Amino acid sequence: MGVGIEVTNLNAWYGTNHTLQDINLHIPANHATALIGPSGCGKSTFVRCLNRMHETNPVGRVTGTVKIGDLDIYKDVKPVQIRRRVGMVFQRPNPFPTMSIYDNVAAGLKLNGYNNKRDLDEIVEKSLKNSALWDEVKDDLRKKSGASLSGGQQQRLCIARALAVDPEVLLMDEPASALDPVSTSKIEDLIFQLKSQYTIVIVTHNMQQAARVAEKTGFFLNGRMVEFDATHKIFTNPSDKRTEDYITGRFG
Amino acid sequence: MTDQCVTGLAILATVLVIAPLAAIFIYLLYKGASSLNVAFFTQIPKPPGEPGGGMANAILGSGILLLLASAIGVPMGIGGGVFLAEFGRGTKLANGVRFTADVLNGVPSIVMGITAYALIVQPKIPWLPFTGHFSALSGGVALGIMMIPTVCRTTEEMLLMVPHAVREAALGLGVPNWRSVLSITLKTASPGIITGCMLAFARVAGETAPLLFTALGNQFWSTSLNQPIEALPLQIYVFALSPYDDWRRLAWAGSLVLIVLIVLAVGLVRYVTSRGVLKGAS
Repeated sequence: MGVGIEVTNLNAWYGTNHTLQDINLHIPANHATALIGPSGCGKSTFVRCLNRMHETNPVGRVTGTVKIGDLDIYKDVKPVQIRRRVGMVFQRPNPFPTMSIYDNVAAGLKLNGYNNKRDLDEIVEKSLKNSALWDEVKDDLRKKSGASLSGGQQQRLCIARALAVDPEVLLMDEPASALDPVSTSKIEDLIFQLKSQYTIVIVTHNMQQAARVAEKTGFFLNGRMVEFDATHKIFTNPSDKRTEDYITGRFG
Repeated sequence: MTDQCVTGLAILATVLVIAPLAAIFIYLLYKGASSLNVAFFTQIPKPPGEPGGGMANAILGSGILLLLASAIGVPMGIGGGVFLAEFGRGTKLANGVRFTADVLNGVPSIVMGITAYALIVQPKIPWLPFTGHFSALSGGVALGIMMIPTVCRTTEEMLLMVPHAVREAALGLGVPNWRSVLSITLKTASPGIITGCMLAFARVAGETAPLLFTALGNQFWSTSLNQPIEALPLQIYVFALSPYDDWRRLAWAGSLVLIVLIVLAVGLVRYVTSRGVLKGAS
């Protein structure tokens, strides 16, 4: 089951560049939350702060509090532990090129020392079914490499890989921006199904996509969160002038 | 028209590159093939004047020396490359290591031989049992050290070519960095790293100078790592300079065999490592 995320006074820097400024936000459990805004507004940095990926950059720095469920992720745990509870799907599909489809999905468990073969078989099948890829690859699990799939299939493989470690939260950083329309709609259907089991945060450039998949939407601009509200309110009746300008296409 | 000119130039350059290689091989076949027979691969050399004999001990000795050299050079080289690319990136120590490796790469092999002689063959080091005299192990050490810079720098370059996205994918799954380096990054870069190891292997397989002062050579069967051992290049060197026609013919045959064995070894490793499910992956 998913858990809620409570963000308090979050600030982030790249070197001297203050990319996120005083973000306060509550992301509800078992819903999809979309983050929109022009390029460079800090929305990607924001999701990377939710699983402590931002600090893997040598010049990345974070202050403030992020609570995932009851867990203060910057105080209570090591980064690797939180990343097992908060899965991430990246903009470009990035399956492990030397691994088979099966090993790609099992990678998170295997590399953390989990080796029970029967359980792994079960988890791989379940994860691939959850990411709607099972029917397309079930005959080639060990025969084909993850890199031999099409772009859209690779992205669903990456989603299966993230689901296999049984996270509570799924972060998606523009998961469909490198895909064709058919693959995109498959990913969107998937998000729709997955949000009953996981808390999903999705960064997107595509406002229709946000409107289609998310209950809540946040609008970021220049490192600040301008507005956060129910998606239909953001798109039909935003409270802030800048949000209105952005969604009506007047800038960005 | 210009297109055809450039294509023509490219073909000409290709021919010029391949020609010396083909010439060497054809000449070796011409000079050496007639002396190749079963005895060459099964017997040790006969004294001058007696016909027949072979280089079986030298082939075996070269195999042993190259295994020893690889056992030293490959793990140390890959370890150094992993440090340069993954853990020490940008540090002063890494820059020092990289510079040292490049210098080591340029050290003439004869200097490597003399140095090995002065450090481990001549003096008896109490806690190193094979020191104090000529031995297969000291030869393996000399060749192994010569392999390190090539393996190290290739490993570094291949690791740096692994896309950042692949590293992020591993980190995003909660895999610790060391585990991700060992199981993901190294594995992704392995085809290139193996090529680097084979280059280093092929280079030292033909080295004579470092062995003159370390493995020394041995006219008889020997598999002892603590005794002097024969090697193909050493025996070719001795036989080619000898005044006996029989020996000189054997030297030609030995040269041919050395080249063929290197090609076979490199080909075998490539075949084995490119098999299986994932050959199309990288």
